[in-house]
Amino acid sequence: MKIAESWLREWVDPDLDSEALGQQLTMAGHEVNKITLHGANLDGIIVAEVVEVAKHPNADRLSVCKVSTGKKVIDIVCGAPNVVAGMKSPLATPGLKLPNGIKLRKTRIRGVMSNGMLCSAIELGLGDDADGIIALPNDAPVGAALTAYLGLPDAIIDLDLTPNRGDCFSVLGIARDISAMTGASLKTAEVPAVAATIEDVHEVKITLPEGCPSFAGRVIRNIDPSARSPGWMVERLRRAGLRDIHPVVDITNYVMLELGQPLHAYDLGLVQGPIRPRLARRGDKVTLLDEKEVSVNKDTLVIADDSGPIGLAGIMGGLSTAVSEQTVDVFLEAAFWPPEFMAGRARSYGLHTDASLRFERGVDPEGQVRAVERATALLLDAAGGDAGPLMHKVDPKCLPTRETVTLRRSRLAKLLGLDIEDGRIAEILTRLGFAVNPTDDGWDVAPPSYRFDIEAEVDLIEEIARVHGYDSIPETMAKVEMPLAAVTESCIDLDQAAATIVARDYQEVITYSFIGAGVDKLFSGVESELVLSNPISSEMSVMRASLWPGMVAAAAANAARQQDRIRIFEVGKSFHGNESRRREVLRFAGLATGPAHPEQWDSEGQSVDFFDIKSDVAAILRLAGDAAQISYEPVEHVALQPGQAGQIVRDGSVIGILGKLHPSLAKTFDLRRPVYIFELDAMAALASAAPEAIPVSKYPAIRRDIAVVIDDKISVDELVRAVTAAVPDLIQEVRIFDVYKGPGIEAGLKSVALGLILQETSRTLTDDDADSAMTKAVRKLQESFAAELRD
Amino acid sequence: MQELSELVQAAAAQIDAARDLAALDAVRVTYLGKKGELTARLKTLSQLPVDERPAAGEAINQAKQEVQSRVNIRREALDAAALQKKLAEDAIDVSLPGRGYSIGGRHPVSRAGSRIEKIFRHAGFGVRSGPEIEDDFHNFTALNIPENHPARAMHDTFYFPGGNLLRTHTSPVQIRSMVEEGVPIRIISPGRVYRRDSDQTHTPMFHQVEGLVVDRDVSFANLKAVLHQFVERFFERSAELRFRPSYFPFTEPSAEVDVLLPDGKWLEILGCGMVHPNVLVSTGIDAEEFTGYAFGMGVERLAMLRYGVTDLRTFFENDLRFLRQFR
Repeated sequence: MKIAESWLREWVDPDLDSEALGQQLTMAGHEVNKITLHGANLDGIIVAEVVEVAKHPNADRLSVCKVSTGKKVIDIVCGAPNVVAGMKSPLATPGLKLPNGIKLRKTRIRGVMSNGMLCSAIELGLGDDADGIIALPNDAPVGAALTAYLGLPDAIIDLDLTPNRGDCFSVLGIARDISAMTGASLKTAEVPAVAATIEDVHEVKITLPEGCPSFAGRVIRNIDPSARSPGWMVERLRRAGLRDIHPVVDITNYVMLELGQPLHAYDLGLVQGPIRPRLARRGDKVTLLDEKEVSVNKDTLVIADDSGPIGLAGIMGGLSTAVSEQTVDVFLEAAFWPPEFMAGRARSYGLHTDASLRFERGVDPEGQVRAVERATALLLDAAGGDAGPLMHKVDPKCLPTRETVTLRRSRLAKLLGLDIEDGRIAEILTRLGFAVNPTDDGWDVAPPSYRFDIEAEVDLIEEIARVHGYDSIPETMAKVEMPLAAVTESCIDLDQAAATIVARDYQEVITYSFIGAGVDKLFSGVESELVLSNPISSEMSVMRASLWPGMVAAAAANAARQQDRIRIFEVGKSFHGNESRRREVLRFAGLATGPAHPEQWDSEGQSVDFFDIKSDVAAILRLAGDAAQISYEPVEHVALQPGQAGQIVRDGSVIGILGKLHPSLAKTFDLRRPVYIFELDAMAALASAAPEAIPVSKYPAIRRDIAVVIDDKISVDELVRAVTAAVPDLIQEVRIFDVYKGPGIEAGLKSVALGLILQETSRTLTDDDADSAMTKAVRKLQESFAAELRD
Repeated sequence: MQELSELVQAAAAQIDAARDLAALDAVRVTYLGKKGELTARLKTLSQLPVDERPAAGEAINQAKQEVQSRVNIRREALDAAALQKKLAEDAIDVSLPGRGYSIGGRHPVSRAGSRIEKIFRHAGFGVRSGPEIEDDFHNFTALNIPENHPARAMHDTFYFPGGNLLRTHTSPVQIRSMVEEGVPIRIISPGRVYRRDSDQTHTPMFHQVEGLVVDRDVSFANLKAVLHQFVERFFERSAELRFRPSYFPFTEPSAEVDVLLPDGKWLEILGCGMVHPNVLVSTGIDAEEFTGYAFGMGVERLAMLRYGVTDLRTFFENDLRFLRQFR
């Protein structure tokens, strides 16, 4: 909310400059976004009157004006389309510097001397209007300084108000809080009643008092349709960010800004029959002031007449009864629409209005009469007319109740960690407008009608802390018990896993958890069922089933930035299933493409391949346990190249997958070099246990090498397992030192060379022992895989 | 005997002239070998009268020793020179890059997040996590934000058709933890959160760390102390903080916390407050016996301040040239 300092000071005038006032507001919980100085640097600009307008002899779009400065009449060439004789406008004379930096000089324009400039709002920094010069109200005194006439400069305070403080959405509300904070006196909010000069009333039928417990209204006839809003009011509206529209509308806006009570004005001549606030019925439709027709839900209050709904209560009026240039008779309405009937309604129609904002948060249920009286007085001043008697229908039973809240001295001290003197507490509560009654251990406190946020003791404690000042609460370290932390070895820390992959030259990335449906399917093979209703864009519309799409896209973006060697990893969740049966899995994923090593003087720049990334994966898995517990099995995956994809199995369950990104996918992302990727279920992969030590053998080991020719389809892993199983006690380790396919080996077969490390824990092995072990191993390979021994 | 000293001199000259071990050995053989000249002299001893033999023999042996000694000295010199030469040939340019690869790095947001975690862990806070797809109850209702509460408008929530949502803060983890573990409790909950907002200063996904302490006699004064200390630990400097009244439905009193920047401006870095009794009650905790505080911070904001990052969006562009600045 924007609020002009000059207006605020009319209500409360603490001994603080603009900046200190802003500070005070911020420290009261009304955060000042910024303070802008409206109408700065306008010294020397005066109010001038255009006496005569003639066409420029040499230019169609220019006028030559005679302008009175109050002391003399000067010639000015003016290009504004709205310049007319008799209008008053700000004048800048030669030698002056405008706020936009332009320095004025006497100039000859198309042969005619111009002795100054009539100014537009944008030229003076008073608004955005660049279409014409400012038309000042007729009461503007010619020759007077513009700053003196308009009360400039004026600080515009832009506040971020919190939703609990509906009572602060007005000059009055903010002034009340400043008064409570500073002790400065508050201008009385009482508004004198306007006496009726005619008898006319308009019937209002309230059938749902709980939806409309207070309704004030008044008929005003015979206003001057040609009247304009007074200049001071237009200026104040402008400073609050509102444009002047029509005197009646301007006045309702003005009163809303001032007192916080939204009003509505009907063109009485267009209202058909009694005004009836009610809940909408099936099929109700109304065309609103913004000329859009809405179908009204049954939970929404409407204002109806004999023709049906003519407005959404507390949100926006209807077009059919709107005031216009022809309006002579109006009906003013100020109602209390309870928050529970307003909450969320405007939003459900895609609307957010100044009125709905206030009603949702709660306007003063006792402020309707005051608002109508104030608007009446302003309207009669601006446009004349005859006021009828004020009508107020109120059902006290349905008005919000303000229960007395008990505040305990001890509770306040306990929650804040600060003792505040009784006198100070009572003073704060009283200043806030609360009725305070001391009790033995504290106070009974009754909040005023406009406070919707005081229901419990803690609400009062908050108010006291706020006004007393958060600054005055000490900083006290709590004395607490000091239980020791549980440090488990059942799982490897994610930070440690990250450090391991970082040590292998991977850079961490963070990609979005939501991605495009199409790209998600490219990597998962199925349509995602976790689709956002209101995504930012279609590229961010489904929850990712894998971290790969985001990482591949990140790799592609980096490749496009001339990065040829890319190694990235990410830790984050993937999402599976549907809304009712959903699963989130923490993933640890990596990607590598480009040279295996940075370009170097001593190496050949080999591209990264499957076994590079496999070694990186193995390093992470090694953190958690024995490599022997893990097997890699061929797998088919929609995103991976067939024959270069493996799933990682530990204790019978799949804990991850790795392989080469399918070339067609790589092409889709414009990645030219082979891309290798892996993804682990982080919790499963990092599940661990404390190591159990086995004594190291003191006796020497024997190494025996064999080479066997086997079917190419048999995995080396199977081979190693078979050999190990054949002589379980002696084999310490099996090393694969060569795998060969090609000339000398029949097609479909391969040669695998194994180095067996044999060792006993209780004695030195003999050659005979080794020979017998090798015989067993070879026999096992022959039996299981029809392996042929190679020389 | 004159002749013998000349012989030694000649040998010495040749030894000094020998340029390598082979030449030196040739000289040695010439004088000291089986048929060497000095060896030959010994054989001539028998031709001398008996009484002259001892003196002559001693002279020849002395000459042999001198030549041998000179050969040894020369050999050591040649050995040393040869080694020097070989070592010189092995010299490398130590400024050439080492083989293999260097190391990668953590994302700055993770780096900052780890740092926050570490600071609180060391003070005995547990670390908890929870689902990112949440239900309305845990994200809003249990946190004292009933349906249609205006505060919901502050959250710009991403919804799923069935009414579930992407959590807008990590506060639901507080609810889940209080229900599961009861009180007293001292935890932080880091993680990704989502709000439907995307511009220069907002990304639709960001990271939060929320903290919760519920115990007997926990006060706002404790909260102020913890957060002040946290900020000073995180930035490793003394810091001036400003606790400013604000509003969150799940805390009361609530505050936003600003830190004073070197340029004299206040910057908001945290939200906090005393846990609202309704929140305690909704998780089955006696709000009369227990009080607590909660706080929440945006990790990106802290990372920006700590590492001098000026544009929030760079965190999610994953440009390696940017990320490589962080280790």
